[in-house]
Amino acid sequence: MTTVTKTENRATSTNETGAEARGYFVPQVNIVETKDSFVLEAEMPGVNKDGLEVLLEGNELTIVGRRQTGVPGAEPVYRESSPRDFRREFVLDPSIDTAKISATIEQGVLTVTLPKAEKAKPRKIEVSG
Amino acid sequence: MKIMKLIRRQNSDLWNWPPLEQLSTLGAEINRLFDAPFGEFTRHMELLNGRMPVLDVYEDKDNLIVKAELPGMKREEIDISFHDGTLTISGERKYDEKNEGAETYRAERFFGKFHRTLTLPKPVQSDKAKATYQNGILTVTLPKTEEAKPKQIQVNVN
Repeated sequence: MTTVTKTENRATSTNETGAEARGYFVPQVNIVETKDSFVLEAEMPGVNKDGLEVLLEGNELTIVGRRQTGVPGAEPVYRESSPRDFRREFVLDPSIDTAKISATIEQGVLTVTLPKAEKAKPRKIEVSG
Repeated sequence: MKIMKLIRRQNSDLWNWPPLEQLSTLGAEINRLFDAPFGEFTRHMELLNGRMPVLDVYEDKDNLIVKAELPGMKREEIDISFHDGTLTISGERKYDEKNEGAETYRAERFFGKFHRTLTLPKPVQSDKAKATYQNGILTVTLPKTEEAKPKQIQVNVN
């Protein structure tokens, strides 16, 4: 399972292998952290909004993309792409405000924005006296 | 302020299957040895890391249809050219500047120039080619030449 956190990046890839074993294609992701949020981008070519599922369970985020493959009425002559659906699971950093997660998909790239809870954001502390 | 980065930019651990990585280096060595820059080995590695887009070819009665996986591009960043029965798809995926300055924990996506050449299995009318880009998939439709189309032969039975 991939972690969306700073302390535990070296992923325990057991779950990724698990996803593969269950017949899924593991999408390639980028994860960055800005001041206000974590941003996760996942490559899911051939997936549109309707084929997309973003599930949150406790601190586990699962992304699933069902792709549309093939060309109606045409025969495949040569094929490199995988017909498998995309799936990957993430463990979220405790600083993420799970109530405010949002997602968009554009040209086969899913972007999930994971805002940090107010208390987790860096702030300046005024010194009094 | 962060004192040190806890995490460095790193490649995908999807492909950290050791034999694959070793093969990649080995493949490069072998290709260098035999002076074959586009050996099969290298090709497979490039398919895996996105340097070469994944391609499918379909055929119906009238057309050859080439589909290429190019997630997260802009239409104008993709070049399609056709020369002497060979289709070339190339371009550059630019790193999103809005993420510039952010701390990277995972960098598996490929950014940079890509290039893919395909010899088409049948003659096509390249001047009538059409391309669309949707859901991160480029679809190039190339009408076959009249000679390449299947013909129905009427046989009269007396």
